[in-house]
Amino acid sequence: MSRTDPLLTVRALAKSFGANQVLKSVDLDVPAGTVTTLIGPSGSGKTTLLRCLNGLEVPDAGTVAVTGGPTVDFGGTVPKRTLGELRDCSAMVFQHYNLFPHMTVLENVIEGPVIVQKRPAQEAIADATKLLERVGLAAKRDDYPFSLSGGQQQRVGIVRALALKPKLLLFDEPTSALDPELVGEVLSLMKQLAGEGWTMVVATHELQFAREVANQVVFMDGGVIVERGAPAQVLGSPREERTRRFVQRLTHPM
Amino acid sequence: MTSEELSLVFESLGPIALGAIVGTIPLALASFALGLVIAVLIALMRLSKIGIVSGIARVYISLVRGTPLLVQLFVIFYGLPSIGLVVDPWPSAIAAFSINVGGYAAEIVRAAILSVPKGQWEAAHVVGMSNRVALRRIILPQAARVSVPPLSNTFISLVKDTSLASLILVSELFRATQEIAAFSGEFMILYLEAALVYWVICLALSAAQNRLEKRLDRYVAH
Repeated sequence: MSRTDPLLTVRALAKSFGANQVLKSVDLDVPAGTVTTLIGPSGSGKTTLLRCLNGLEVPDAGTVAVTGGPTVDFGGTVPKRTLGELRDCSAMVFQHYNLFPHMTVLENVIEGPVIVQKRPAQEAIADATKLLERVGLAAKRDDYPFSLSGGQQQRVGIVRALALKPKLLLFDEPTSALDPELVGEVLSLMKQLAGEGWTMVVATHELQFAREVANQVVFMDGGVIVERGAPAQVLGSPREERTRRFVQRLTHPM
Repeated sequence: MTSEELSLVFESLGPIALGAIVGTIPLALASFALGLVIAVLIALMRLSKIGIVSGIARVYISLVRGTPLLVQLFVIFYGLPSIGLVVDPWPSAIAAFSINVGGYAAEIVRAAILSVPKGQWEAAHVVGMSNRVALRRIILPQAARVSVPPLSNTFISLVKDTSLASLILVSELFRATQEIAAFSGEFMILYLEAALVYWVICLALSAAQNRLEKRLDRYVAH
């Protein structure tokens, strides 16, 4: 797949929680092998958008299409199976890692491949071990999550997502819960993955990461996409006032 | 204490202990095991989004908790025969106790399931699990950890409550004591002895509970 082929196409996506309309007709294209960062103030809808892509939230309207996967029209009732197919296309990395606390690092990583994807355990363990070696956590494979630092837990979270072999990696503010000195190890791993050609959608406040790694920066506010484009443009010379103020605030918080 | 009284204590200890070993303990274990199965089922029903299903669970819990255990026991053993259903003492006792434990433990299990963070369900869904698999692999194991202390208390209560089975002719610890007491007339000594044996059993159970909690603690942050 070349970079111009869209892997993910979102059209007119809408989602409300009660009277609160969190997403108002959002369109998004994510070309294969590219990194899209979603930025915007809290409550702007970026997390909800990510969660809709994975079926963790079911949108009220709009379509989500994955090349080589399902095209889901949320206008009607969506069968559970279709939602499952959409979910299988992507894997989510959570802000709070959400590792399974009663399982070791290795068990966390092979749970999906072995229990859900029914791959042979030996093969899944070999794959998981390779992935853990890559992120420098091979020595921790038999440890429980509580004994790891936040940065280590998040790297396990990323490995757990990779082990599912998804088409698309979704990151929901993956470094927001980390101590500042641990942010770097997670971001540099994500940068590595981008370099390997993974298609990624990342909700983040790390503008530096967006600048260096993203192909596309999407600025959201109030449930709509205000501005999108190359990082140099959106972050360097934003067209919209709202974008400019947001970038300003994040760059010079004081 | 006279030497006669002392020898009565020692002589009666055998039959009383036997009552515990062949009566109280197996009765409590069987009822608890069955009760836990009922509890998980009722807890899941109670959490169901289908109104009638959670309603049935609600009524069950309310009935069990709102009526005395002794009355439940008598309804099964002395009541059912009058509608043509004769149940032997042992099955009657196990039925009554497990129905009772099921009602109390259901609320414990339900609270424990609800105490597992929502992010655990979401992570389970992300790795591709259905609700059923997520419950079995991710949620219930964590809920089990949370529910060990309150369930241990339920079990310890149950061990003591099994003494009620003496009233429907199950030969357990307390019935064995009563028989010796009636024969010897030494009520004070024998009933205190029975109390002591119950106490020792409960001490052992508390110790076991502590060890179990420590073992389950291995994956929880301190």
